[in-house]
Amino acid sequence: MKRFSGLNLIAEAMNGHKGWPEHWPEKAPKPAYDVIIIGGGGHGLGAAYYLAAKYGITNVAVIEKGWIGGGNGGRNTTIIRSNYLYDESAHLYDHAVKMWDGLSQELNYNVMYSKRGVLMLAHNVHDIQSFKRHIHANRLNGVDNEWLTPEECKAYCPPLDISPNARHPVLGGALQRRGGTARHDTVIWGYARGAVARGVDIIQNCAVTGIRRGPDGAVLGVDTEKGFIGAKKIGVSAAGNTSVVMDMAGLRFPLESYPLQALVSEPVKPIFPCVVMSNTVHAYISQSDKGELVIGAGTDQYVSYSQRGALHIIEHTLAAICEIFPIFTRMRMLRSWGGIVDVTPDRSPILGKTPVPGLYVNCGWGTGGFKATPGAADLLAYTIAHDAPNAINAAFNLDRFRTGRFIDEAAAAAVAH
Amino acid sequence: MILIHCPYCEEDRPEVEFTYGGEAHIARPLDPSALTDSEWEGYLYIRSNTRGLHAERWRHAHGCARFFNAVRDTVSDRFEVTYKTGEARPARITQTGGAA
Repeated sequence: MKRFSGLNLIAEAMNGHKGWPEHWPEKAPKPAYDVIIIGGGGHGLGAAYYLAAKYGITNVAVIEKGWIGGGNGGRNTTIIRSNYLYDESAHLYDHAVKMWDGLSQELNYNVMYSKRGVLMLAHNVHDIQSFKRHIHANRLNGVDNEWLTPEECKAYCPPLDISPNARHPVLGGALQRRGGTARHDTVIWGYARGAVARGVDIIQNCAVTGIRRGPDGAVLGVDTEKGFIGAKKIGVSAAGNTSVVMDMAGLRFPLESYPLQALVSEPVKPIFPCVVMSNTVHAYISQSDKGELVIGAGTDQYVSYSQRGALHIIEHTLAAICEIFPIFTRMRMLRSWGGIVDVTPDRSPILGKTPVPGLYVNCGWGTGGFKATPGAADLLAYTIAHDAPNAINAAFNLDRFRTGRFIDEAAAAAVAH
Repeated sequence: MILIHCPYCEEDRPEVEFTYGGEAHIARPLDPSALTDSEWEGYLYIRSNTRGLHAERWRHAHGCARFFNAVRDTVSDRFEVTYKTGEARPARITQTGGAA
């Protein structure tokens, strides 16, 4: 890996920038690896990176059925926050937020993590009570979150309409200042480049078609479009396609996959300084550094792998945004897209071992996986390397759907992710 | 917008008239107290989440308000067939569409 630095930039400028190597060169798979990660999104590439960089396992392959950056890594709204209600969730998501800090330096790649703050608006008494409970719970867990009055909300986010006769009056808001956004593509590219530099093979456009298991039940490797590849351990980080991959190992999962749509406007000058979410109206909005307003809301209603959604869902999303921000009613939308998200019954992820020896899983992030990318990647790598979960992800096991020990963020009214 | 055929109204109506009701043909256990934790997990939470032809419940909420079942391809979102509650899933639904 050729490091990005001022000196190298000057040297390459003299050379017409011909000396920069490919981030992830095309690789033919080796016959076998110590660890195979199925799924080359941010979580999977990150897991490969941390296996090599942090846990000393460099004989690793990442197998991706599409192309790197074409899945949910390129289909999200880039929001980062950790203001979750329950202790387990707060620790899990804050582990990721702590890792976002310094990620650009670690990867020698600018992921443009911007702590511009995530402001969640309260529109009714229930919102106020719920958010204040979140704030207190967060602060007990060392997660920053504070209550703002309507005037303070307006000062923090000037486009906000706080007049009492607004369609959805703003009664206050919960602000996590460390929350914000990052540049989604660079996260993928940075992890891919860092992993390859440490010996990881990235095999893209190669779908896994089967998981082979030995007489003892343990994994032997995977069948792929490019033939059989052996592995002692397999980590599955396949987001919306997790059920499909797990089916190959004979496992049925408590997951359903839904399209989650988002859209961006045409680029305009800086007007929107932070991320604003409204759970009651159910929409969220921020402005990218390119100037586009990035807008999202909830999933479509039915199980689908189509990577697109229904137009009336987008219409509802934009109606919600226009009700909170009448200033944007005449903005024109540039493009929309859908990603397939895997949702668990309690809206918390599954991150740990599976009943199959040597098979590990990181799934169920639902509509909120991007923010967790570094943390989930690190914890999947830890779990694979140690054949046991870290204390942070131990509670996010598959067994909880049998024992009933849920981490029920769905019931905690964390509607919008 | 997708048009969905309601088997009771016998009409193709726009998707917004309907609400989704989850995977079809999951029968409530006849003797709930006899179930093990694993069986409860299977009934309550484990879903087939099929990539391909998926049998699911729909409700014609802004029409006749009745539940019915459908087989839909979850890759293309194309509805292959809809049928009344209580009827078995049509046996031979091909990938190219229609009940054979």
